[in-house]
Order: sequence, then C-alpha cells, then structure tokens
Amino acid sequence: MSASGSTSGSTTLRPDLAAIAAMIRPGTRILDVGCGDGALLEHLVRTKHVDGRGIELSQQNVNACVARGLSVMQGDADTDLVEYPSGAFDAVILSNTIQATEKPRAVLEHLLRIGRRTAVSLPNFGYWKVRGSLVFKGKMPRTKNLDNSWFDTPNIHLCTLSDFLDLTRLCGAVVVEAHALNENGETRPMKTDAWGPNLLAPGAIFLLKKS
Amino acid sequence: MSEAPEFLRPVKVHAADKGQTVTFGPDKPLKLDCGKSLSPFTVAYMTYGTLNAAKSNAVLVCHALTGDQFVASENPVTGKPGWWTTTVGPGKPIDTDRFFVICANVIGGCMGSTGPASIDPATAKPYGLSFPLITIRDMVRAQGMLVEHLGIAKLLAVVGGSMGGMQALQWAAAYPERVRAVMPIASAARHSAQNIAFHEVGRQAIMADPDWRGGEYQLHNVSPSKGLAVARMAAHITYLSETALQRKFGRSLQDREALSFQFAPDFQIESYLHHQGRSFVDRFDANSYLYITRAMDYFDLAADHDGKLGHAFGAHPPRFCIISFTSDWLFPPAENKSVAHALNAVAANVSFVEIKSDKGHDAFLLDEPEMFQAVKGFLNALADS
Repeated sequence: MSASGSTSGSTTLRPDLAAIAAMIRPGTRILDVGCGDGALLEHLVRTKHVDGRGIELSQQNVNACVARGLSVMQGDADTDLVEYPSGAFDAVILSNTIQATEKPRAVLEHLLRIGRRTAVSLPNFGYWKVRGSLVFKGKMPRTKNLDNSWFDTPNIHLCTLSDFLDLTRLCGAVVVEAHALNENGETRPMKTDAWGPNLLAPGAIFLLKKS
Repeated sequence: MSEAPEFLRPVKVHAADKGQTVTFGPDKPLKLDCGKSLSPFTVAYMTYGTLNAAKSNAVLVCHALTGDQFVASENPVTGKPGWWTTTVGPGKPIDTDRFFVICANVIGGCMGSTGPASIDPATAKPYGLSFPLITIRDMVRAQGMLVEHLGIAKLLAVVGGSMGGMQALQWAAAYPERVRAVMPIASAARHSAQNIAFHEVGRQAIMADPDWRGGEYQLHNVSPSKGLAVARMAAHITYLSETALQRKFGRSLQDREALSFQFAPDFQIESYLHHQGRSFVDRFDANSYLYITRAMDYFDLAADHDGKLGHAFGAHPPRFCIISFTSDWLFPPAENKSVAHALNAVAANVSFVEIKSDKGHDAFLLDEPEMFQAVKGFLNALADS
C-alpha cells in the first residue's frame, strides 16, 4: 500500500483524490483504505464533516494521520478488512492502492461488503505510453503514476481499466460513476463500454456498488 | 487534606518533591470489586504543569506494575529520575508546559497510597494479607475520586503503558463521559494465560521465602527480599526481547576471563538480573507485588460486558489511540490490535499504531522516536480540536 502515500497538503489534493472527494456526500461515514498521510481524509472531515476512518500500512504515514487528529488503524488491507463489519460505512475509498495489494479480488469484495459505495482510483496499464514503452522499448514501463523499477515496485498487480472493469463484474459490482484522468490531472466522465479511455487515460476513478 | 506521603523506607533524597496525598474519610469509602470497602484510604500523587482556567488540559498518567507517581521527577526513595522522563516533561511528547499531568500511586501500592503495608486503623497493625484483594477497576475508582477532588470534571486524556494501559482502558469503560481520549500503550484488555503464569511464578517465589512469614513480615522486622528479587528477575525477562538480550549481553562473561565452574554469576545477563532483583527490593513491598499482580490477572474488560469488548465503552466512547511494539511478547501487537478492532466494530474513534522495535515490552519506557511522535501528535491534535 505504500503506493498510496499522497504528499499533497490539505489545500491541493492529488487529482484522483479530488475526484474521489467530489463523490463523497457530506456527513457520511467513510473508510479510506491505504489513506497515506491522511490528506484526503482530513479534507473530507474539514469540508464535508464526514466521520472518517483510515487504514494505512506505513508507520510514518500513520503518525502523520494521528497528528492530524484522524482515526487510523495501522494495518494491511490484505489481512485486516475481514475485521470490519458489513455495511459499516457509507463509502469506502481505495485510492491508487489496489495494484499494490496481494489479493485485489478479495480486497475489492471486502470493500463492496463493508461500504454501501466503493470509490476506487487506479493507474491504467493500458495507457498508450505504457503500451508504447513495452512494445517499442521492450522495457517495463515507468510513468509518472508508476515510477518504480520492476524489481522494487510495490505495484504487484497492475491492470488496464478494461481488466479492472472485468473484475468489478466478477465481484458482482455495478459502476455508479466513472471518470477518466488525463496527464494534467483533469477528470472527465467516461463510458465504461468505450475503448478510448483504456488507451488514452493514464488513470481512472470508479464509484461502485454491489449489484 | 494534602501533605507529603509517608513511604515504607526512609526517604533517601530529601531534595526531591515528595508530592501530595489526599485521604478520603469514612464518608467516602472506596467500594471494592471484592465486595469490601476500604476506608479511610489515601491516594499519593504528583502533578506537573499548570491546570488551565477551563480545567481542560489535564492528562492522567497511569503507572505500570512496579511504577509510582514519580513519572517526571526524581524518585525520593531511589534518587533516580522519574520513570517516564523520556515522554513526560517540559517540551516532551506529554508536554508539561501545555498539559497539567497527574500521576497517582495505585491503591495497593507502596509509595504513599493505601496498600497492604499501610497501617489498618482497626488493628493499628499493617494490613498484610488482611488487605482486601483489589482490581484494576478499584484502582481506577480511586483515581476517579482523586480527579474529582482536584476539581476536574473531564480529563483531556488518560495515558498509560502496560498495567497503566489497562487503567486507561478501564477509565474509558467506567467513566466515558469524564475523559476525552485514552491512550493505552503496550497493553491489553485482559491478562493472558501466559501473563498469569509468569505472575504466579513471582508470587510463589515471594511466598516461598521463609521471611515472608505468611505476609506478616513487617511485624517481625524482616523482609522476603530473596523471594521478591527472584520474582523481579523472572518478570524482568518478560519485559525484554530475545533480540535485545542477545544484543546487550550475548554470552559475555562478567568480570572474568573464563567460566568459573561454580554457581556464582559467570554471565553478564545473570549479573544484570541479580542487580535488577537487588535494586527492586529496596523500593518495593513484597505484599504490594502480590496484590498488584493479582489485580492484573483479574483484568478482563470483555468479561465484564458479556464477553463483548466493544460493549464496554457505552454509546459515546472517548477517542482511543492504541500503541503497541512489534517485539512485545508480553502484550503482543495482536492483543492490542484486537482491542482496536473491537472498538472499530462499534464505530469508536480509534487509532492503532504498531511500532517496529526489538526492545520488547519495556520499549514504551525507552527512547522510541516513533512512539514519541504518535503520543505528541495525538495529544496535540486532541487539545487543538
């Protein structure tokens, strides 16, 4: 989950986090899985008065969250989600983290169980620059979103947007909202059956619910 | 009502602040879990820093099994610095420039609060084994009376390590409306079979010492020092980790070049434990050790609430910050985390911090920068909110 560490302050959120924040309704109960240093959670608590909780693997990030006055459990999404009761949260957030989990399917199933809505942001391994790097350079791609060598990356389960949508169907989820990210961090609504975003978007954000 | 406490042994260092006591008279007996009452009874305590006008900056620090009220200042019996000067003091994580810190000797203790070595007013003799069995809940009840006596309606936080953490949890269960947050460190919501086992070894060592005299050693002017020292030696091993022992001592020999082929301490670790045992008996009462270990053994917060820990803290529980250390095998992280999960399941505001350390259970007393950050960050954010 170390990929989730966001560095932005409370004023300027990482683009995918800002897009997720826009999906969250005021006053709801929120669980942010892989909450990093708590930037998004603090933003939601301050601006939307949510009752927010976090899970985070890194000690340093947990301390940062605690110092922000947030309630965060140091732990691992792969092992700890089982402890959370079903339907305990209005929304569960998994931002830029699913590709770093050991069992993405199990994690997603837990999220859908725990939250009435699940917001997931992820990097797109089908992005044309990623494809290009592999096809033309013959090298594992390194992009702004995925800036690690293959041998030391925390991102062990990379997928394309199309792959992820397959997984949502396997998990019995339906897409409530979908937004494609561009290189400048801008988002715009995307159709889940369109081929374009899978090639052109470096990342995307999905709001899911159990069908 | 408030005066300096009487200690068991002569006070060695006259310069040190001996703190204060409050004695609750027959109108305010301490009702105990065992069904008996303690009356009159005395609580000895120290305070550091200044209580603000709103009385909103009070932090109660709870001490561990062999701790005392001298958390951040010289101990008048031993002349040593306070037991948690790493964490409590001016500019420290629990900043006495900002917070009003209270630390009280537990009931059953031997540093000025009423315990088995105190004189029973009914007989004019030391209580000894006629002292009633006390529990963590009783200790917290006495602290609650002290906090009320100090005129503080709501504590900012209750913080404690090990048995102090048990008291912090018990505070959240007993007085959720009187504390904004609790921070149990290296602790648990119940004593495990292994922990009870180690305590029983310690108690048996004390009771096997002929000088224990059925608990009436004070009347005979003797002290079961050997038994108490063995109890301390055995317990001390559980406060460390295998890695820490190996790093600190290994198989190094003490003041000699070769094995002596005798039973005198050859190894540094033996010599170290002997020293721990010896220095302990100078400052601690054997019967207090029996009573307080028993109180820890009896602690099981979930059992008090139909086996459901989550139900222990009422409808509006305080905030929690639970801190554990990876190499603590006495109160392992899993034990701490299960408390956090139980709280999470009832939608309590809980943070759980697992600090990487190879120093074992005693890590909470040592230089652990990550713990300092967590404690400081949590308290400051709480006070700011």
